[in-house]
Amino acid sequence: MSSTSSPVTTASQPPSAQSGQSGGSKNTPRLRTRRKHTPGRPKRSVLLTVLTGLIMLYTVVPLVWLVISATKTQEGLANSSGLWFSHDFALWDNISKTFTYHDGIFVRWLLNTLLYVGLGAGGATLLAILGGYALAKFNFPGKRAVFAVVIGAVAVPGTALAVPTFLMFSKMGLTDTPWAVIIPSLVSPFGLYLMWVFATEAIPTELMEAARIDGAGEIRTFFQVAMPLLAPGTVTVLLFTTVATWNNYFLPLIMLKDPNWYPLTLGLDSWNSQAQTIGGDVIFNLVITGSLLTIVPLIAAFLLLQKYWQSGLAAGSVKE
Amino acid sequence: MRRTSGRLLRGLTLLSVLALGATACGGSDDDSSGQKAVSATDIQAALKKGGTVNVWAWEPTLKTVAADFQKKYPKVKINLVSERSGDKHYTALSNAISAGKGVPDVAQVEYFALSQYSLTKGLSDLAPYGADKLAAKYTPGPWNAVSEGDKVYGLPMDSGPMAMFYNKKVFDKYKIAVPTTWDEYVDAARKLHKADPKVYIANDAGDAGFTTSMLWQAGSRPYKVDGTKVTVNFEDAGAKKYTDTWQKLIDEKLVSPINGWTDDWYKGLGDGTIATLTTGAWMPANFVSGVPNASGDWRAAPMPQWTKGDKASAENGGSSLALPALGKNKELAYAFVEYANSGDGVQTRIKQGAFPATKAELQSTEFQNTKFDYFGGQEANKIFAESAANVASDWSYLPFQQYANSIFNDTVGKAYISGTKLAAGLKSWQDASIKYGNEQGFTVSK
Repeated sequence: MSSTSSPVTTASQPPSAQSGQSGGSKNTPRLRTRRKHTPGRPKRSVLLTVLTGLIMLYTVVPLVWLVISATKTQEGLANSSGLWFSHDFALWDNISKTFTYHDGIFVRWLLNTLLYVGLGAGGATLLAILGGYALAKFNFPGKRAVFAVVIGAVAVPGTALAVPTFLMFSKMGLTDTPWAVIIPSLVSPFGLYLMWVFATEAIPTELMEAARIDGAGEIRTFFQVAMPLLAPGTVTVLLFTTVATWNNYFLPLIMLKDPNWYPLTLGLDSWNSQAQTIGGDVIFNLVITGSLLTIVPLIAAFLLLQKYWQSGLAAGSVKE
Repeated sequence: MRRTSGRLLRGLTLLSVLALGATACGGSDDDSSGQKAVSATDIQAALKKGGTVNVWAWEPTLKTVAADFQKKYPKVKINLVSERSGDKHYTALSNAISAGKGVPDVAQVEYFALSQYSLTKGLSDLAPYGADKLAAKYTPGPWNAVSEGDKVYGLPMDSGPMAMFYNKKVFDKYKIAVPTTWDEYVDAARKLHKADPKVYIANDAGDAGFTTSMLWQAGSRPYKVDGTKVTVNFEDAGAKKYTDTWQKLIDEKLVSPINGWTDDWYKGLGDGTIATLTTGAWMPANFVSGVPNASGDWRAAPMPQWTKGDKASAENGGSSLALPALGKNKELAYAFVEYANSGDGVQTRIKQGAFPATKAELQSTEFQNTKFDYFGGQEANKIFAESAANVASDWSYLPFQQYANSIFNDTVGKAYISGTKLAAGLKSWQDASIKYGNEQGFTVSK
């Protein structure tokens, strides 16, 4: 948990952390009223401010570089410093070229990515909700074993499983099809664990009992009582799985041969490697612009859903 | 992530190559000697009948060639997949071959990797289709790479007779003569770096292709292949010439530690901090597309020599189109390969900046008189064509060169970053290659 709660800590830092202001909208409403130092609102710390500032620089500079570089032509990229604009402003031209290069294959890759995210991340979230709810609210034999397996699975990086998965899928004849990317994406041990913890806290057992006494069946209790209460956690898991699927590189790299099924990550990589081939068309400008376009939806998702995602994590992590 | 995936990929390639080797060895012995000759009429009939040819090739000029071919033979559909190149391409190809399905009908295979596939019977012999009669069409380097005895495993698509590209602006600025021998090259490196510490004569952070090409020019023949009997030996006189000279450049830090083909490299070629580039004659197309800002700064010159007045040269890079044995529609596939690499496709590809492997094109006045705007109007093809004619054709690569190249940086690469000497690095590359080869069922010795 600790690793994932760190962005939240940064975002919900007391106003003392100056840098937190840069993403002003990151403050939840309740933080807007400034209070003087209380145990819950420690006083300013120079060290923390500096550290947060450094971390902000560390995360923001690459983004700034990306935005600035996306405005340059291939020539401008080589001629100018990375952190300032070149004399030629070619952002719009770059964007239109990105969408039209090689008969608009970028659009196809974008749609593929949306498909993988929609089915993969959406399905993973649904499974995590179902599983997390069941594990949190029902007792059944083998629950501890499930717990051990889930915790163990969190520790295994997906990359390590990619090759065995490939061999298995190859036997089943699923490689080189979209399913090869979607099916492994459906499993998110971390999402399951998160929903489990979240459901334990967010759904009072009394409420479920009340629903049962009122005559609601288990399915109705789940959809009408539990689901709304789980909404913040759902958004958190959805964001996690979306980011993971959106950025997935290694799994599709191994599974897919047909460029028509590439997600954006693989497609951009193939554009980038054009510069490494004899007679290849060097299009670093399009790789950069394409990368920018690729992260825009993710940034939008974060900005739009951050309210849920903060409260979701916080609710799951605090014991009352 | 990048690094891990690279390693994993390498592992995967290895696995599949192993599997490939195993199936090939276990396979029946009836090789192409029993294959029936395919007449031109058979091929014409197949073209009339039509079908689909799956082509895996990243060579950019093939796009137009495929379109032209389809126009000429409307019943044939060329399905060109060009998104993968280099290691990723070979991984996918080896995987498909070992899985026995999804194998393309035509695959681009670089010269250095050909024998890896041909020796494991992964490629069809093209001689029965009439490819053996095309021998005289090609320059010696590429033809030697695609043929093995009377068997032909691919048709040369392009070639890379080496030349030295140099940034004339930089040389003029510091009034340094363009080197014609490697000794002069070392001198020029010293002068350039002294005049401006940001300027290096070349970039070299360890590149297997470059090193083997340099050995080739120096007269070293480290690899000898006779069936499954292989020798690897970097201790001949030619290798010594190379290591002695190159060691000076490394010791005095006169080469910039930038890897080729990276954005840093393109930048260095553009801003004058990399003053020369000794590489294949295919480079101009990459200059034009990757280093547009230095247009007019660069010129081509013959490769520096080991002995003044010599004209020795070598090949660097270049690839062929081959027919994987498990591919389908052989007649159509061969017809396409022939069209692209021997027929009308050659001219189409030259017009788009490819460097041919065919003698007729290399010697044509039109080709030789082509003025390169990028090189300030220089007729650079004259230099390249002469280089192509001077390539010694007795070079061979290892039947597991792709693997050998993948461990280059773990062995020879050490010479660039630590106190290890280049010669010692080559020795450990030799040992590792011998060990690997023996594990693969070859009989490899020093």
